[in-house]
Amino acid sequence: MAECHPVGYQWVMEARDRGAKVFHIDPHFTRTSATVDRYLPIRAGTDIVLLGALINHVLANELDFREYVLAYTNAATIISARYRDTEDLDGLFSGFDPETRRYDPASWSYEGDEPGEGEPREGGIRHAEAAGSDSYGARGAGASAQPPADPTLRHPRCVYQILKRHFARYTPERVAELCGISEEEFAELAEAITANSGRERTTAWVYSVGWTQHSVGVQYIRAASILQLLLGNMGRPGGGIMALRGHASIQGSTDIPTLFNLLPGYIAMPHALRHDGLDHYLEQEGADTGYWGNRRSYLVSLLKAWWGDAATEDNDFCFGYLPRLTGDHSHYATVMGQIDGTVKGYFVVGENPAVGSANGKAQRLGLANLDWLVVRDLTLVETATFWKDAPELETGELRTEDIGTEVFFMPAASHVEKEGTFTNTQRLLQWREKALDPPGDCRSDLWFYYHLGKLIRQRLGGDRIDRPVMELTWDYPEEGEHREPSAAAVLREINGTGPDGRALSSLRQLKPDGSTTCGCWIYCGVYAGEVNQAARRRPGSEQSWIAPEWGWAWPANRRILYNRASADPDGRPWSERKAYVWWDADKGLWTGLDIPDFDEHMPPDYRPPEGARAEAALAGTDPFIMQSDGKGWLFVPSGLSDGPLPAHYEPHESPVPNTLYGQRANPARRILDRPENPYNPPMSSRFPYVFTTYRLTEHHTAGGMSRPLPYLAELQPAPFCEVSPRLAAEVGLVNGGWATIVTARTAIELRVLVTERVRPLRIAGKVVHQIGVPYHWGYGGGGMVTGDVPNDLMPIVLDPNVFIQESKAGTCDILPGRRPHGRALLDLIERYRHG
Amino acid sequence: MAERMGFFTDTSVCIGCKACEVACKEWNDVPDDGFVFRATSYDNTGSLGADTWRHVAFIEQDGRWLMSSDVCKHCTQAACLDVCPTGALFRTEFDTVVVQPDICNGCGYCVPACPYGVIDRRERDGRAWKCTMCYDRLRGGMEPACAKACPTDSIQFGPLDELRERAEARVERLHADGVLEARLYGESPDDGVGGDGAFFLLLDEPETYGLPPDPVVTTRDLPDMWRWAGGAALTLAGAVAVSFLRVSFPRVPFLQASFLRRR
Amino acid sequence: MARRQDEMVPEAGFRSYYGQPVIKPPIWHEPHMPAYLYLGGLSGAASVLAATAHLSGHERLGAASRMAAFVGASAGSVFLVTELGRPERFLNMLRLLKFTSPMSVGSWTLAAHGGLTAIAAAAAVTPLLPAPMVSRILPGCLGGRVLPFIGDASAMASAVTGPIMATYTAVLLADTAVPAWHEAYRELPFLFAGSALASAGAVGMLSTPRAEAAPARASAALGAVMETAAGIVMESRLGLEGEPYRRGKAGLLMKASRVLTLGGGLLAPIAGRSRALTALSGLAITAGALCTRFGLLEAGRTSAADPRYTVVPQRERAEARRLTVVPDPAAPPP
Ligand SMILES: Nc1nc2c(c(=O)[nH]1)N[C@H]1C(S)=C(S)[C@@H](COP(=O)(O)OP(=O)(O)OC[C@H]3O[C@@H](n4cnc5c(=O)[nH]c(N)nc54)[C@H](O)[C@@H]3O)O[C@H]1N2
Ligand SMILES: Nc1nc2c(c(=O)[nH]1)N[C@H]1C(S)=C(S)[C@@H](COP(=O)(O)OP(=O)(O)OC[C@H]3O[C@@H](n4cnc5c(=O)[nH]c(N)nc54)[C@H](O)[C@@H]3O)O[C@H]1N2
Ligand code: SF4
Ligand code: SF4
Ligand code: SF4
Ligand code: SF4
Ligand code: SF4
Ligand SMILES: [Mo]
Repeated sequence: MAECHPVGYQWVMEARDRGAKVFHIDPHFTRTSATVDRYLPIRAGTDIVLLGALINHVLANELDFREYVLAYTNAATIISARYRDTEDLDGLFSGFDPETRRYDPASWSYEGDEPGEGEPREGGIRHAEAAGSDSYGARGAGASAQPPADPTLRHPRCVYQILKRHFARYTPERVAELCGISEEEFAELAEAITANSGRERTTAWVYSVGWTQHSVGVQYIRAASILQLLLGNMGRPGGGIMALRGHASIQGSTDIPTLFNLLPGYIAMPHALRHDGLDHYLEQEGADTGYWGNRRSYLVSLLKAWWGDAATEDNDFCFGYLPRLTGDHSHYATVMGQIDGTVKGYFVVGENPAVGSANGKAQRLGLANLDWLVVRDLTLVETATFWKDAPELETGELRTEDIGTEVFFMPAASHVEKEGTFTNTQRLLQWREKALDPPGDCRSDLWFYYHLGKLIRQRLGGDRIDRPVMELTWDYPEEGEHREPSAAAVLREINGTGPDGRALSSLRQLKPDGSTTCGCWIYCGVYAGEVNQAARRRPGSEQSWIAPEWGWAWPANRRILYNRASADPDGRPWSERKAYVWWDADKGLWTGLDIPDFDEHMPPDYRPPEGARAEAALAGTDPFIMQSDGKGWLFVPSGLSDGPLPAHYEPHESPVPNTLYGQRANPARRILDRPENPYNPPMSSRFPYVFTTYRLTEHHTAGGMSRPLPYLAELQPAPFCEVSPRLAAEVGLVNGGWATIVTARTAIELRVLVTERVRPLRIAGKVVHQIGVPYHWGYGGGGMVTGDVPNDLMPIVLDPNVFIQESKAGTCDILPGRRPHGRALLDLIERYRHG
Repeated sequence: MAERMGFFTDTSVCIGCKACEVACKEWNDVPDDGFVFRATSYDNTGSLGADTWRHVAFIEQDGRWLMSSDVCKHCTQAACLDVCPTGALFRTEFDTVVVQPDICNGCGYCVPACPYGVIDRRERDGRAWKCTMCYDRLRGGMEPACAKACPTDSIQFGPLDELRERAEARVERLHADGVLEARLYGESPDDGVGGDGAFFLLLDEPETYGLPPDPVVTTRDLPDMWRWAGGAALTLAGAVAVSFLRVSFPRVPFLQASFLRRR
Repeated sequence: MARRQDEMVPEAGFRSYYGQPVIKPPIWHEPHMPAYLYLGGLSGAASVLAATAHLSGHERLGAASRMAAFVGASAGSVFLVTELGRPERFLNMLRLLKFTSPMSVGSWTLAAHGGLTAIAAAAAVTPLLPAPMVSRILPGCLGGRVLPFIGDASAMASAVTGPIMATYTAVLLADTAVPAWHEAYRELPFLFAGSALASAGAVGMLSTPRAEAAPARASAALGAVMETAAGIVMESRLGLEGEPYRRGKAGLLMKASRVLTLGGGLLAPIAGRSRALTALSGLAITAGALCTRFGLLEAGRTSAADPRYTVVPQRERAEARRLTVVPDPAAPPP
């Protein structure tokens, strides 16, 4: 966190100053490790063992916050008798089809909620196809609102008992054996988090891509969620699981997504084959209970925002105009399509896949096989210049004269040269003014898309097929010499308007009948009262510690989600220390420091009548209002592609076997076994070292924004790897010298930093060395400091839920000295591949 | 003169982000310092110099990784200023020490004079450069760029007296928390330079950070130096006079011989 | 992690930041700075020699020394200005006179001394020039009566600036944080004075008929002895800080200088016997004086570049002080 979120990290430092105890769990000792109370080195790719053992510790010793667990989680819920656990199937859950390597999640259902024969169930196969589970963060998988439960938690098929059995084998000994964290260290961690949870205290977990970039990434976060729910740390101040997001507004670009499978506000993208019309789609996607029960209002308002008057009840509000999925259109699938020649043109906007994406060679081979490529960036990044400086030119795998791709480079205005909002990691929208005009031909992305749209519309006619584009509301006020569209007008459109044409102030005003518009339902209210709420900058010192008047947080300016859980089932704060929102019985209102994430007027003793829908179907004690049953899900009955509970699997490439189960790696992981993407065999003596990639404070991601800047480039001027003195001695690496790292993809050369910050770990009886590589370098891109591309080493292996690449744990070999060039490089890799 | 302003750099909360280094260069338009992979932990700028006015040191020790942002000390008795022959270095109304680039003639004398190795000559333009404590910002009522950028308040800027009090309290607090190795460096007006305008809280001996353990302003001995030089000058004059005395060394035979053979 | 540092600095108990210098080494260039130091010293001592020669009627020696003083000062200035990069920068030196800055004092001294030696030298050469030429350059009376008078007065005055010229450079070096220089501030002036005197003597004996050069030889000998004595005292008094004078390139230069200076100096008294001896002695002394300057600069650099010379003595000083102070019970353990 200190490395990548230094500004946010100041609050960790402050918390420490106030007495918080901070642990850092990471394969290598970073700037964060240097400034915490306890650093625990871990083998990359094994966090589920650690988290599982913590869960086991809590369950075995009954240290859970029982009142919270009973009232707010699905611990008591009974699961279908058809369910089989990894305990029964040696590492598989029930429903696995080895043929397709996918799960049918039907057996994971709540009892009595099992789908009938042929009835689709969310998650599993269906979502494996197009990362459907990606949208379940908020969309809410369907499950019954009032499933059978056993509040004594004794029923053998209740979630609590299943959990107990499932995690029983996650012991401190296994942690020592698989993670390399000693039993004493584990005990210290376990004691600290349990002692610091309960009525009076809360513990927070913070993670970022060290947890996500794994073939089991989603289940890492699931494991942490289970732990936090058991300890009562969700929806309460000082609790939660903080996902530190990446690029400055990457949160914004999932809320209003650049993702292929989502519409704004986490509404699933319709599927060409599965959804006929609006009604059919709404019936299929999402639950009727909980806040997703209002999804018609969200979607219809969105369609109204996009197609305005053209969208009417009679034409399904232009639902048919929406693009459709036909399968996996994610980044890596698209790259394979390029190589296969099925993808002909490509827009790359604010991204540098030739350097930033796994398996750089596959990326570049794809780019070289396009008809046309548009790159919009601040500088000439490698993705725009690959045709003249890609490493494949040197090896002869590509020849400039053979590359037919026509590259259009469109210079982009940077964040200081345009106005608009950032949505930060805390869901906070913050408006930014423009500081100066963009130079030369540089234009904002808003300008580019808006004027591109206008040009396209000029060329289209009245054909039926053109109507989705022709009928779009595409009429923002334009300002200045370059006719820059007004970003404030766009934000207002996102906020939405009511029948009177005035900006809405709350998402509760959204209507299913087409009388309201809203570009993103969770952002509704950001323009409340016709005021840009995101532009508020009242200093923290002038308001409460919640600082509600600094920017605007979605939804409804709430700073903590699910904060109903900060009060007990009766609506009283769990403790005075931790009071946050509570039920004011006299006023008949939820009130408190933050905006309650609950129906203001719903009393704690509310019980839903039979057949109730949406929020009315949840009880006054159900804080997790986006869930169909209002409960925090310890066990996930539907919506995931790789199992209802986290289980430890080894990374796709790992030097050791999985000693927990017969199943070595995540059975549902996505692998692309193609000639462009060869894999290191697991447990191979040719690739004996664990290899992980990460960031440095001094650089930014693929380097397009840091390598060309002298003040940053000089701070970390060369690609390097970090190795322990012991590995250095074994292999003959010299501090400051050169090393070559080899995987089945390629070999790259980097400088060596020998440091005791990297420690060899004892795993399952043998010493495992880890090699750390910051991934920011590339061969060109206007960088003042260039070098080989660490991502050229990475394989494409994906998490089956969200299709993120496994770039945090792999295997490799390391040799002293620089790498061979040209043909000799290919020969070296051949030798390694065929050993 | 306005109140004396200074820095208290509390290295116990430094996270090594180098925002201070970058902010300083950005504000003051300091050129880059070359692109050298030094293999000295995460430090690739090496030391303070003409082109690095804030420098973050990284020290790897058993289980610890110390980080510390170094800067010109703005000494109470500043050797650089004392020895500058042109008056390019001067003391501002904030009691800080600043070079005026239009007056500096690049004589380089300040460079070896500084007991902390701070100021240096930029060979590209042949002038001496160092931290100005953002004199321009101070005059505009703003805090220095490095302090402004520091996310953890490792760099604290303010009236020196206040900072000294705060630092004392911080050390006490750390000692109470069992961080017995915490100590202040450069805060005492009784030290060899009369106290630093920019002082530090360190977690190890100063030399570990590349700082001198007991710096003394060289000009403290200057009167003495002049006295000894005066003595030598007189001796020289005396020796010349003696050389002209015909009978100066009558009892040294071969000397005498040579003297006798004059003319 | 501590180990890596230890590998770089074997001395037990001494730690540094990757072996990097604590202070900045002097950045003066070679040969500019040593050459200037030599020439300045030569000029300073020569002007004293010139004045004394004039007073005692050694006119040839006087004239030669005047010339040496002038050439030393002016050539030295050229080196100094080159060191600064641009000539006009020297003018900045004279913006003010600062007694805390030996370089300021030196600059003023050099300016004054340079002017005086120039006039003295001009007066010395005019009689040797053909009269018509002189009258073409100077108005009649100037060349005839005034110049000799002003010249003599200047020569006398330069005997006052001369010793300062010859010794301020010691203060110039000593008034830095460079351990080998600063700690040597007592002996350095004598070393410089001795070396300057020897140099001036050497030039005097090389440029004056042997018969008239006896005082020059005496000066050379005395200067050599003085320099050597000062050097010996310095090195024996300096502890660790004296090491750079004995080790490496500086050590070689200082040793060479010792041999040449002492050899040349001891030869000086008998050098009047032959031209060859004169040349040998004079050149040896000159070479020795140059070696001294290069050696001093190099020793300074070495002592600045190795953090040991800065840290160890300071640490000892601090420890000693700590031991004499009543320990504060609240203070952290060392
Ligand atoms: N300075 C800077 N800041 C940035 C960025 C940048 O490039 N530079 N990028 C931004 C972006 S896009 C993102 S996504 C975020 C990412 O922010 P982070 O996730 O903090 O970034 P990383 O350094 O990639 O990974 C974090 C840590 O995960 C560790 N790690 C690797 N494998 C494992 C594992 O299996 N288990 C555990 N526990 N840890 C593991 C790595 O050693 C590393 O220290 O940062 C954002 N902020
Ligand atoms: N091995 C390994 N690989 C990784 C990771 C890892 O940890 N390890 N992390 C992954 C992660 S989390 C991420 S986010 C990716 C990042 O990978 P990429 O997104 O491919 O890389 P960036 O360098 O962030 O590319 C962003 C580009 O946007 C440009 N840009 C900035 N502002 C604007 C703008 O306003 N408009 C336009 N049009 N362009 C702009 C920048 O100049 C920059 O070139 O890398 C991924 N790859
Ligand atoms: S770069 Fe921006 S987003 Fe990243 S830590 Fe710094 S201030 Fe925050
Ligand atoms: S630290 Fe050095 S440069 Fe800074 S004021 Fe003191 S003597 Fe001058
Ligand atoms: S280099 Fe410039 S600032 Fe330094 S002493 Fe010389 S004139 Fe003064
Ligand atoms: S005070 Fe100003 S000049 Fe000095 S280091 Fe900080 S930013 Fe640079
Ligand atoms: S900005 Fe602050 S925290 Fe960052 S390196 Fe500088 S002093 Fe340390
Ligand atoms: Mo990211």
